[in-house]
Amino acid sequence: MERLRSIEDFQELRDRLVSDRNPKIPTIVIPAGTCGQASGANDLIRVAKRELLARGLTDRNHVRLRVTGCHGFCEAEPSVLVEPDGTFYPKVDPQDMVRIVEAVAEGRRLEDLFFLDPASGQRIERQCEIPFFKTQVRTILARNEKVDPIRVYDYLGSGGYSALVKALAKGEPRWAIQEVKTSGLRGRGGAGFPTGLKWELLANQRNGHGKFLVCNADEGDPGAYMDRSVLEGNPHSIIEGMLIGGYATGANEGVVYVRAEYPLAVKHLVIALRQCRELGLLGQNILGSGFSFDIRIVKGAGAFVCGEETALIRSIEGKVGEPRQRPPFPVQKGIEGKPTAINNVETWANIPVIIADGADTFAKVGTKGNTGTKIFSLVGKIKNTGLVEIPMGITIDEIVTKIGGGPVGKARIKAVQTGGPSGGCIPVDRFDLPIDYDSLTQAGSIMGSGGMIVMDEKTCMVDVAKYFMNFLKDESCGKCFTCRKGIQRMHEILEDVSEGRATLDQLDLLEELATAVKDTTMCGLGQTASNPVHSTLRYFRDEYIEHIVRGRCPAGVCKAFVTYSINEDCTGCMLCTKACPENAISGVKKQRHAIDAGKCIKCGACITMCKFDAIDVV
Amino acid sequence: MITLTINGLQVSVENGTTLLEAARFFGLPIPTLCHMDGLSPYGACRLCVVEVGEGPRAKLVSSCTYLAQDGLAVRTASSRVVRARKMVLELLLASCPQSKTIQDLAALHNVRQQRFRQEHEDCILCGLCVRMCEEQMMAKAIAFRGRGQTRSIGTPFDIRSETCRLCGGCMYVCPACQLRCTYTEPEKAVCGGCANLSPPCVGKESFDDMMCYMSPCVACEIATH
Repeated sequence: MERLRSIEDFQELRDRLVSDRNPKIPTIVIPAGTCGQASGANDLIRVAKRELLARGLTDRNHVRLRVTGCHGFCEAEPSVLVEPDGTFYPKVDPQDMVRIVEAVAEGRRLEDLFFLDPASGQRIERQCEIPFFKTQVRTILARNEKVDPIRVYDYLGSGGYSALVKALAKGEPRWAIQEVKTSGLRGRGGAGFPTGLKWELLANQRNGHGKFLVCNADEGDPGAYMDRSVLEGNPHSIIEGMLIGGYATGANEGVVYVRAEYPLAVKHLVIALRQCRELGLLGQNILGSGFSFDIRIVKGAGAFVCGEETALIRSIEGKVGEPRQRPPFPVQKGIEGKPTAINNVETWANIPVIIADGADTFAKVGTKGNTGTKIFSLVGKIKNTGLVEIPMGITIDEIVTKIGGGPVGKARIKAVQTGGPSGGCIPVDRFDLPIDYDSLTQAGSIMGSGGMIVMDEKTCMVDVAKYFMNFLKDESCGKCFTCRKGIQRMHEILEDVSEGRATLDQLDLLEELATAVKDTTMCGLGQTASNPVHSTLRYFRDEYIEHIVRGRCPAGVCKAFVTYSINEDCTGCMLCTKACPENAISGVKKQRHAIDAGKCIKCGACITMCKFDAIDVV
Repeated sequence: MITLTINGLQVSVENGTTLLEAARFFGLPIPTLCHMDGLSPYGACRLCVVEVGEGPRAKLVSSCTYLAQDGLAVRTASSRVVRARKMVLELLLASCPQSKTIQDLAALHNVRQQRFRQEHEDCILCGLCVRMCEEQMMAKAIAFRGRGQTRSIGTPFDIRSETCRLCGGCMYVCPACQLRCTYTEPEKAVCGGCANLSPPCVGKESFDDMMCYMSPCVACEIATH
């Protein structure tokens, strides 16, 4: 690749790549993020390449193949998208892939492979008409469809780095800060601090010994993978965002702190950074502007607490990830004592959008004070699991019913949990709440980084609180006595409740303890640790009381209160007897089996095996 | 000079003064456990919390680490602070009931019961021994290991430290744990020195340099015979 030495060089290259792109040529797009690869996208890619080779279609004038990151409809993966028509084929298997390649080469469509909408019973051809996609505003995720993450020319050809050039050409670094302020972008990591303000504070710090920009790609929340899809599918958007940020604030060094559990993201980032350096988009005197910036990658070592910004700074410095008191804030004293601005992956990904399309266009989406879109990872007891990008202000009900497609199975939806272990649950009677920072906080939860777990009647809220306390117990750094011991004791009480040993006094103790932990701990982990407890007590206190007073788990989850038994639907197929790890099921062929309650450990293996729904949980 | 308000009293303090130092200077009592004059503040025990700020944004911070700021409103004994302190003491009693320091603090704050399952730990991880070793004795032989439930204090990989001079400073400052040589239970020894000594029968002269401030432990007893 030839190094670009000026803005004119860049524009020449970009114009050439854009014209080469030719949107009319049919392109087979296969999403192959970690989720896609796990569902079998690699086989589809291999088959597609083999077929194209066999048919002599490798000249890129008739059919093109593009391997991308995650598009978001993870429930339907491995899927295939055909441009420019936008034809969507869900859950493709390798034999069907052969047919698809053939069809695309001949300009046909395969109606029998179209998406079947369970609500209407109709087959839908185009991706944009599928209910899952229809309500979304896919500013960031749609870009994943257009680029192959390991080909920088792809990114350039679809308009990449034009925002950077626009900012550089203005010649006035503060212009970008003003644009970000006008756009109203708030930090997408969870706290929602106005990004423009953070940048302004950093720019106002004296330049002295240098300033840092950090991309927080630690994404520790269990069940959240929005940042992963952006890192894997469009790493250049982060680099572009950081370059714009560096130019605007006077920072010359960037660090991407990515968790080591994302190997594909790390790989794509390494490739992207190398390509940028070769092109001259990173390094000294970028495009002849006099601005120098470089980015290095620091991998996490498996600690959730290192997503907290002061612990993250310590981890980057090579020390143990322990938070410290703020003030002084990282903008004043960060890495090595130098001014540092830390932003989340999604925040950085929004920057090129704001600069390229304009702050006012960006601010049109969303509501006042909560502009733009937010990516949520919609998981749990919902039909359409995946990543959804929605405009701020849309109601929870719209996400759960229109995009999510409603509950999976017969049980009704009871609540959603937002914000992971730092957030709280919102019950179904408050699903008319708009998704924005303030209303979620008032309801007792937080926006968080975007995890949204849907829970139905078969989810026990005591079990949910216990799960999050268990997680936080392991992940607390242990410095603050109240965080370390307080979370441990909260978990202890919740264990008592779910195992039938608790008294009602302990509920009051739990609430008091949760308040004390929230008040006295130093960092965000401890301060938000009590959110799951407080919110489940606020909205689902009756479930706690059922456990304590009546010794019942209404959802049928807590093992101490349920018994597994086999009903008369049993056909005697013996599958469960073989599955049981404790040999607790007895019976002969063709005769109704029985479970020995004394041996049963309620692992659920028999339920998974039974094809006749013959096992009751009472 | 910085002017701030503590418990409604307007006071002036020098730059760089923590809220704890300021309150103590003006005679306002704030309990501490992990704080000691001469060692850098750490903020681990959370007993010294005070309320700062006004209205809905008021929060509790550890006064030993929070520097005084102009115009700050501080309350050292508001009801929120007192409730928090009582809960911290209850938790401390539940973990470490045998410590006289903790018992005295609990009695002082009217905490006479604790409602948690009783544990008998001998370390509250306040870090005084770590800071003593690093800052006053300049040895840095012991430090924190692990995270969360597995956090403990000791030498790297529990190997006998070469920088430990057996000064006993760590035992001197410990507020809660009655740190003592525990040769008979090597896994509980903090410096690991005793546990890794060669048995008395091999080299008798090696005990002449030992300086142990506590009552004689097994190693000494063997040597004197």
